[in-house]
Amino acid sequence: MKDVVEVHNVGMKYQSLDGEITALTDINFAVRDGEFISIVGPSGCGKSTLLSIISGLLPSTSGSVFLRGEKVSGVSRKIGYMLQKDHLFDWRTIFQNVMLGLEIRKAVTPEVTERAVELLKTYGLYEFRNKYPSQLSGGMRQRVALIRTLMTDPEILLLDEAFAALDYQTRLAVNDDIYAIIKQENKTAILVTHDIAESISMADRVIVLSKRPGTVKKIYDIDLTCTERTPMSSREAPEFRYFFLGIWKELDVHVELA
Amino acid sequence: MSNSLRLSPEHKAFLHQVRLSKIRIRLTQLLILVTAFALWEFCADAKIVDPFITSQPSRVLKTIISLYEQGVLFYHIGITCLETVVGFLLGTLLGTLIAIILWWSEFLSKVLEPYLVILNSLPKIALGPVFIVWIGAGPAAIIVMTLAISLIVTVLEVVNGFLAIDQEKIKLVQTFGARKLQILTKVLLPASLPTIINALKINVGLSWVGVIVGEFLVSKAGLGYLIVYGGQVFKLDLVMTSVIILGVAAFVMYQGVVLLEMLLVRRKAH
Repeated sequence: MKDVVEVHNVGMKYQSLDGEITALTDINFAVRDGEFISIVGPSGCGKSTLLSIISGLLPSTSGSVFLRGEKVSGVSRKIGYMLQKDHLFDWRTIFQNVMLGLEIRKAVTPEVTERAVELLKTYGLYEFRNKYPSQLSGGMRQRVALIRTLMTDPEILLLDEAFAALDYQTRLAVNDDIYAIIKQENKTAILVTHDIAESISMADRVIVLSKRPGTVKKIYDIDLTCTERTPMSSREAPEFRYFFLGIWKELDVHVELA
Repeated sequence: MSNSLRLSPEHKAFLHQVRLSKIRIRLTQLLILVTAFALWEFCADAKIVDPFITSQPSRVLKTIISLYEQGVLFYHIGITCLETVVGFLLGTLLGTLIAIILWWSEFLSKVLEPYLVILNSLPKIALGPVFIVWIGAGPAAIIVMTLAISLIVTVLEVVNGFLAIDQEKIKLVQTFGARKLQILTKVLLPASLPTIINALKINVGLSWVGVIVGEFLVSKAGLGYLIVYGGQVFKLDLVMTSVIILGVAAFVMYQGVVLLEMLLVRRKAH
């Protein structure tokens, strides 16, 4: 398989009056076509910074990122970004929210409008197209947010703690939901999360980052025995807890006493 | 109600209670107004207070009728209302525009910060004579006075509104490749609409202050002029009449803004 994303020796230093903070050093990994990657790490290790660098929102201070062999400089059109909250605009209807990205790119045509209708129909949101976000449940809102991202037809989805704002039950359901949509639309995805179980349940590979300055500590190939893989069925696979324990130990979490 | 058949007796009782409580509040409000005017009329009639100094509702009514018969009632109301509307619309528009400029250029915003603080704490009325000398005694000076009072408040209010917007919303549109102008039109302005309308509400009140002070200083027409003129020639009937008309006009204008708010921000209430 071909590599869609290549991260080469990426490092990031933040400057402030108090000094310099090295957030990331020498990050190296590659993501294959259609793969689902999770990145876990202790809080403050620069997970989200890494996503921002991959997307081109934030220039890295060293190293470089390639998307399909093209060096990233500036926000790439190959990228679709999902943030922690759905950030649907409450002054726009569901349909208008879904069209936001294309509106910004000035790419609204009858064809893409048709595609929006199709996506909304496929994922059961068509009858809500003229409603406002406040009238939808958290899970549905996240689904709208994903469709909004899919509308710009990105090759790679970056999910930055995309489920963290949901309550636990909703999150499990949304995990399955979003996973199914991503697989159906055949997208490559990188998920950043602090939830070990979530990272294993969704990913083909889990990248564990070290404490700050973050660097790749270990990469796990998630190989689970289950008949049809979904985030929910993954959690029931016999190997699940071994991965869980392994990653937990890698993370080396302990409560620091002040 | 078409579905009243399906309402449970408890729910019916609850709705009834809510309606009743609303009626009670309205009635009490009306009662306070009527009592105050009746008491005023009675005290003046019974010579408990001197109507020459306090005026009285019947004299106010007579004054209104006589102003109307002279054909100047709506002229004075119109002038004052026009100055106020122009003042608060201009204040809100210019204030929002300046807020946008300050958001656009962080450098400018930092440079201007102390000046804004000074202008905000300065009693703008002190600038009245300056405006009169510069612009001339007339409606233009009054509108500038109104602007001076409402502008800085609007700027600060809207800038704070901009800063309160979730940075992640801005990040979201940036991931779609939005430039600064698009961040403004797609996120900042629509998200700040409630803030801007709130500024409009504050400005309605401030503009009345600006207009009346302006009219006190320079004018030859308007409700503020009538109040000053009435005071100088000791026609308290005229003063009280103008004050009451002023109260009604300010109330109506405020309700107008509330109505505008309901029309513009309605969808959020769903």
